[in-house]
Amino acid sequence: MIVLRINGEDRQVDVPPEMPLLWVLRDVVGLTGTKFGCGIAQCGACTVHLDGKPVRSCQLPVAAVGGRAVTTIEGIGATAEGSKVQQAWLALDVVQCGYCQSGQIMSAAALLARTPSPSDADIDAAMSGNICRCGTYVRIREAIHQAATGTPAGLQVIVDGSAA
Amino acid sequence: MNARADHDGMDPGRRAALKAAGSGLAVAFLWTAGMGPAVATMNARRQDADAAAAIADGNPPFVPNAFIRVDADGKVRLVMPTVEMGQAIYTGIAMMLAEELGVGLDQVAIEHSPPNDALYGQALLGGGQITGGSTSTRGQWQVLREAGAVAREMLVGAAAAQWHVEPATCSVARGVITHAPSGRTLGFGAVANAAGKLPQPASVTLKERKDFTLIGKPLRRVDSPDKVNGTTQFGIDAQVPGMKFAAVRTSPELAGTLGAVDEKAARALPGVIDVIKLDNAVAVVGENYWIASRGLEALDITWKPGVNANLDTQGLIDALKHSSANGNAIVGRKPKGEAPAGGKRIESEYVTPMLAHAPMEPLNATVHVTPGKCEIWTGSQVPTRVVAEAARICGIPAGAVTLHGYYLGGGFGRRLETDQAEQAVAFAKQVGYPLKVIWSREEDIRHDRVRPLYFDRISATLGDDGKPIAWHHRITSGTVLGRWLPGAMGKDGMDSDAIESAADLPYDMDNVLVEWVRHEMPPGLVVGWWRGVGPTHNLFVVESFVDELAHAAGKDPLEYRRSLMKPGSRALGVMNLAAEKIGWGGQPLPARVGRGIAVGSPFGSHVCAIVEAEVTEQGQVRLRKAVVAIDNGITINPSSVQAQMQGGLLFGLGAALYNGITLKNGAIEQSNFHDYRSLRINEVPELEVYSVESDEVPGGIGEVGTAIAAPALTNAIFAATGIRLRRLPVALAQLAASPDALKRVAAVGGEKEDVA
Repeated sequence: MIVLRINGEDRQVDVPPEMPLLWVLRDVVGLTGTKFGCGIAQCGACTVHLDGKPVRSCQLPVAAVGGRAVTTIEGIGATAEGSKVQQAWLALDVVQCGYCQSGQIMSAAALLARTPSPSDADIDAAMSGNICRCGTYVRIREAIHQAATGTPAGLQVIVDGSAA
Repeated sequence: MNARADHDGMDPGRRAALKAAGSGLAVAFLWTAGMGPAVATMNARRQDADAAAAIADGNPPFVPNAFIRVDADGKVRLVMPTVEMGQAIYTGIAMMLAEELGVGLDQVAIEHSPPNDALYGQALLGGGQITGGSTSTRGQWQVLREAGAVAREMLVGAAAAQWHVEPATCSVARGVITHAPSGRTLGFGAVANAAGKLPQPASVTLKERKDFTLIGKPLRRVDSPDKVNGTTQFGIDAQVPGMKFAAVRTSPELAGTLGAVDEKAARALPGVIDVIKLDNAVAVVGENYWIASRGLEALDITWKPGVNANLDTQGLIDALKHSSANGNAIVGRKPKGEAPAGGKRIESEYVTPMLAHAPMEPLNATVHVTPGKCEIWTGSQVPTRVVAEAARICGIPAGAVTLHGYYLGGGFGRRLETDQAEQAVAFAKQVGYPLKVIWSREEDIRHDRVRPLYFDRISATLGDDGKPIAWHHRITSGTVLGRWLPGAMGKDGMDSDAIESAADLPYDMDNVLVEWVRHEMPPGLVVGWWRGVGPTHNLFVVESFVDELAHAAGKDPLEYRRSLMKPGSRALGVMNLAAEKIGWGGQPLPARVGRGIAVGSPFGSHVCAIVEAEVTEQGQVRLRKAVVAIDNGITINPSSVQAQMQGGLLFGLGAALYNGITLKNGAIEQSNFHDYRSLRINEVPELEVYSVESDEVPGGIGEVGTAIAAPALTNAIFAATGIRLRRLPVALAQLAASPDALKRVAAVGGEKEDVA
C-alpha cells in the first residue's frame, strides 16, 4: 500500500511502485482532470504539483512521490495562485477544446507561486512545455498577466448578456 | 455569383450546392444538392422522432422541438445538435437558441444530443449528424433561431391565455414572461405544461439584428467553467463500472497484418488480464491503462508485410507526378475565352505534405458488448456513423446500439472518422466486460487518416501590364470525399473539396482553367479531412503563386493583388484592413525580415493574413507578428471569432513550419510530439485579429485561420530572403538544413532567387 496526500486528503492505493502517478490518479483514484497526452513528457497535459512544484505525472513513478503533497487540477482552486489563474482563464475565456488546460493552469499557477510578476520571457520559460493544439497561447499569456497584476488584459468576456 | 458557376461543364449538383450556400460562394462542404432525394434534417418544430428522444431526456412538460426542453421547475435545457471540440459551437448554438427563446446564457443547461440523423442532421453535409466543414453556424443559423422563436411563442401563448390578454402585449426576458400593462409575470416553468399542449405556430417572426441582446456580444463560453477545474468529461474520462483498459498496436506498415504473437511475458505481468487480436492489430487488456501498455511492450509481435512494404514518400510523390502528367484531368473551371497570344509564361510545381491531426485527447472509445447490445462512450464528430459501424460489426440493429456523447479533446477532422471506434468495438466484442480502448500518441500518429498529399502544377501567362492573361492550375491528389461521402462526388467524378479556393478565386480573371486528377492512394493509406480541408492546400498554392506572379511582374504583392480584385469585394475589404493594421509599406524592415500576405474566401467567409517573419542566419524562422482580418458576415460571438482566428492561424503556422508525415517501408515515420512538433507558446508571434462589420449571413470561422496561414508564412520568408518555398513544411531540409539556402540567406540583399 502506498499513501498519497492528494488535494489535502490521504488516499491509500495498492499499485506497483513504478506505476506513473498519472495513471494512479486517473485509473485508480478516479481523478480524471489530469490528462494523458503523449506519455513522454512532451506535452504537459499531465502536469500536477508536488509540494507546489510542477511535475509531469506521466513520467513520475508513484513511489517517488513520497510524503510530498500532490495537487491536481481538482484541488488547485483552493490555492491563492490557482484561484487567480482560474478566474483570469474565465475572464478571458482562454479554453477551447479544454483538454490541455488542466496542465496549462497547473503550470501557470506554479509560475505565479514562484514569480508573482512574470515577464513574457518568464511565461515562455514556464509554459513552453505545455502544448495546446487549439492554439490558445495568446490568451494564456494575457490571462497569466491578468492573474498576476489584477489588471484586465485582452478581450474580457461577458457572463450572460443580460447586462449587455 | 461565383466564378465557377458562370462556366459550363459544372456538375448540376455542384451548381445547386453553390446556390444553397446563399452567399454565392463555393463551399465544398455544401453537398445536399448532390445527394439526391431530400433527407430529413434538423427542424425548428417538433418531429415524430422527438417523442422518444424527449422521453429519454426526462420527459419534460415542454418540448417544442429537438433542441429545447423546459422542465416544470423552469429549468431550460438546450440540446446541442453538433459537437463541441473547442470551436465554441456549444456557445454559438446556445446563443442562437437563447436569443429568440428569451433566456440568458447563465440560465441554461447544456446537453449533448443523442445520435439521431433525423433530428440533428446537417443539411449542408447531406443530412448526417456531422460536425465539420465549418458548417455548424451556417447550417443552423436559421433553424435554431426559429426553434427558439417557436418555443417563445408557445410559452407566451400559454401565459397570455392564463391572463386572458393578447400575446402581443406580453414580452419575454431572462426566462420570465411579463404583461407590462398589468405588471403580471410568469416564469417559463409555470407555463411549461400548458405551453406543451398548444399547437405549434406555423410561422414565427425572428428578431431584427438591431434587437439582438445576445448575438453579437462577446459572451463567455458555456463550457469554460468546467474546463478550468477539471470536471469536464471527455471520452477518455468515461468511467463505467467493471471497465478494463486496452492498449493497442496496429500493424506499423499500413497494409500489414498480424502474424505470430508471443504473449507469455505480457500475461505474466500482474494486472494483465487478456491479449486479444484482430487481423491487423493486437491489444493487451489490463486493470489500468499503464499495465495494459506495459503488457503491450512485453509482447513479441511478428508482423506480416503487406503490399506497401516498399512504399516511401518520394515514391508517392513520383506517383502523383505521374498521374498529373498522364491521368484523367477533370475540369473544375473552364476558361471563358481564348488566351491572347504572347506574354511571359511562368510555371511552378508545388508539393503539399500529408499531415496528422494529433488532437490533444488521444483517440479512445469505451465499449461494452453484451448479447444483442452494444454500448459506447466516446466523443465523435460523426456519432450516427459510429452507431452504424458498431451495429454492423456486432451484427445487431442500430437501435440496439447506445452511444453516450462526450466533449471532444480536439477534433481537427480526425474524429470525422470511425476507424478507432470500429476497432474498439471489434476488440470489445471478444470480451464480456466494458473495455476502454485508448490509442497511445504513437498509435494516433502512425495510424492517422492523414491530410492528402498533393502535387500541383500551376502556370500563368502575364500580359504587358503584368496581369495574368491565362491561368492553368492542375491539382493531383487522392480523394477524401470520394470515400467519405461518395454520393457528393460530381457526376463527372469531380471532388469539389479538392478544388475549393482554387476554382473560386478572389481575383477577376477570365482565362482560368482549373483541373483535378484523381490519384488512387495505396491500400491502407487512407486520407482524411484535416482542419481547413481543400482550401488549406489550395490557398497555399494559389497565394504562393500569385506572389510569384507579383515578383515576376515587378510589383508589390499587395498592390498586385489589389489590381486583380474587383473594387468593393469582401476579399479586397479584408485585405485592405489587414494591410492598414500592419502598416504595409511603411517603415523599412530589418535585414532578413519580411512580410507575406495571403487572402482568400473559404467556408463562406473572407480572410486575409499578413505574417511578419525573420529568418536567422542559421536558417531558423521566427514569427514576429501576424495580423488577420476576417469578414464572416454576422458574428454570433466576437470572442469566439477572435479565438478561432488566433488558434486556427497558429494551427496552420505550426503545421507549415514543422509538420509533414513521411513514409518508409509503408509505415509512418513520425510518432509523437518530439518528431511531429506542435507550435509552443514561446514561438507565438504578436497576433492581432480584426473583424469587418457585416450584415451578410454568417460564414464559417473554425477553419479559415488555418487555411490562410501557410502562404502568408512562405510569402514572408520569400520577402525576407528571396527563397521561394514550394514544398512544406518549411523546416524540412529547405532552410536550416540546406547549405545552398543558407548561403542565400547570408547573402540577402542581393538578387532574389527561387528554391523549388
